[in-house]
Amino acid sequence: MASVEIRDLHKHFEGQRAVDGVDLSVEDGEFVVLLGPSGCGKTTLLRTIAGLEHPTSGEIRLGGRLLGRDVPPRARRIAMMFQSYALYPHRTVFGNIAFPLKALHTPRDEIEEKVRWAVRMFDIERYLEAFPRHLSGGERQRVALCRAVVREPQAFLLDEPLSNLDAKQRTTARDELKRFQQKVNITTLYVTHDQVEAMGLGDRIAVMKSGQIRQFGTPSEVYDHPADTFVATFVGLPPMNLLESVDGLAPEGTLVGFRPEHFLPSSAFREDDDVTTLKYHVRRVEYLGAERYLYGSIGEVEDPDQPIMARLPAMLRVSVDAEKTHEFAVRTTQLRFFDEESGKRREPPDGKGRKAEA
Amino acid sequence: MKLPFGPITLPPRETFADSESFLAKVMLAPAILYVVVLVGIPFVLAILLSFSNARAGSLSFSWVGLSNYAAVISDPTFRRALLNTVIVTVAVQVLVVVLATAAAIVFREAFVGKRMMRFFLLLPWAVPITLAVMAWTWIFDSTFSVVNWTLKVSGLMHGWLYWLGSPTLGLIAIIIVQVWRLFPFATVIVLAGMTSIPQDVVEASIMDGAGFWRRLFQIELPFLLPVVTVAVLFGIVYTATNMSVVYLLTGGGPADSTHVLPTLAFQRGIEGLDLGQGAAIALFLLPFLLVAAIGMLRVARRSEMGSR
Repeated sequence: MASVEIRDLHKHFEGQRAVDGVDLSVEDGEFVVLLGPSGCGKTTLLRTIAGLEHPTSGEIRLGGRLLGRDVPPRARRIAMMFQSYALYPHRTVFGNIAFPLKALHTPRDEIEEKVRWAVRMFDIERYLEAFPRHLSGGERQRVALCRAVVREPQAFLLDEPLSNLDAKQRTTARDELKRFQQKVNITTLYVTHDQVEAMGLGDRIAVMKSGQIRQFGTPSEVYDHPADTFVATFVGLPPMNLLESVDGLAPEGTLVGFRPEHFLPSSAFREDDDVTTLKYHVRRVEYLGAERYLYGSIGEVEDPDQPIMARLPAMLRVSVDAEKTHEFAVRTTQLRFFDEESGKRREPPDGKGRKAEA
Repeated sequence: MKLPFGPITLPPRETFADSESFLAKVMLAPAILYVVVLVGIPFVLAILLSFSNARAGSLSFSWVGLSNYAAVISDPTFRRALLNTVIVTVAVQVLVVVLATAAAIVFREAFVGKRMMRFFLLLPWAVPITLAVMAWTWIFDSTFSVVNWTLKVSGLMHGWLYWLGSPTLGLIAIIIVQVWRLFPFATVIVLAGMTSIPQDVVEASIMDGAGFWRRLFQIELPFLLPVVTVAVLFGIVYTATNMSVVYLLTGGGPADSTHVLPTLAFQRGIEGLDLGQGAAIALFLLPFLLVAAIGMLRVARRSEMGSR
């Protein structure tokens, strides 16, 4: 078990800054998710920690031990699980799980013992003699986890392990991953572009963009108090609504943001609630069973790339007609403010949204 | 909403090119014609000739049953040629696979001058075989042998080797030339196979602590196996049926000791005018080619089904 410390890490590929000055401290036993769009450098960062890539500059420490160029992947005590699971197709499940132990020249009876221990933990004892091609996606994941865990790694790296599964399997596999991590309590770094996975799995989330970490915090910090407009719109589905300051809500040059699920018809609030009311022109209503998505605009013009959205839970039985302007409102504490230039979070102007900080 | 353009005119009805059954026949016809005229008929003719006393230059012949085969089998020169064919074919395949895999590993890495090296690597494949063998006869020449001079100057050898004058060295020379000739093609095939090795599986093995040899033998070679099989099967066909290298290099000599089946068949059937015996000798190549053909078909079918 060990912490992971990353200091000012750079990785450039032919002038392209895949990782551009990353600092990250992962505590012992913590589950940290690297979240970002494709090409943001999250996988490169992971591969650099694994030792599959050499950093251009900066340092990586695992449990205080410096992992430099002179420490090859096999000497890092790090296990990695790949998107495809990367099982060895010509080996049985036993052969797959035993492979890292054989590479360490472990005595045969000890190999046997460790493999049995791992497969028992994941309940795949009956597949020991099967080949990977005969297994389902979920079973393959378990084999890959077994193979990773028998080496008793100090850190565990996962590169989008759930993206090859269908939506249904994904939920189960996610649950299994989290249970596994809690059981073995190994420091884990998990790369994904799926914010649901990130929110559901991570003790903390590092949101990445263009090789840099934009925000590093717990899921609720990232969701409720995004550090900038990128985090605000990348995390959350539908994304946070951003308004160029209207109605004097905030001073010039400030963007006002609020989550679609906080944007409800005025009638849904109590009289004494501190709300900000907006005239919302609804263009279209999308009925999704458990909820309704509304698409529209504040004021006349709608930004076709980013309509203002509202997300009404099914239990809210107010009828909302399309092609009409309605009175909608947000609790003032749920308004967020960003600098229009830099996109960075700003303190709310005089009193507004203060309570949220408390 | 009204679309801003008028009604679309539909294309005319089915043409010949739309009819798959017609197209299939037309497309297959050249291949079938080729196989029947240039492979099928000569093959049947060879079988017929091997049971006859036909001679080159004469149109009349009569059936002699198995006597050609009996004569051939009792002939020590033939038995030697058969053995030589087996030795050369097997030795060449083993050497080519080892060398081609090694070369492919080198060429996989990025290094300065890689394109240049790849060009040189492919040269033996592009040089006309007669020209190349002429050069090799000089390399192995009894007086001017470059190999001998090199070995002598580097102090590895004190005597003098008469490469093409001894049965064993002659056979070794044949093997060397055949390996030289086939190895570029095999390297290209293995290189192509290497690109199909999933990179994440290789990286997983690196993370799992596998060193170079463990990775090569336990991860990469199993992935290369189907491709290497294809290279070997092609190699068997190329080596076993090849006449020009032996014919030009040793001419079967000294004392008929380095003949292989194709050269012996040519010598007996064409130069010696005994078509019947030549055909019988050539037909002993059939088992080699059958094994190779069946093997290729199996590999092809397996890759078609997409299962490993």
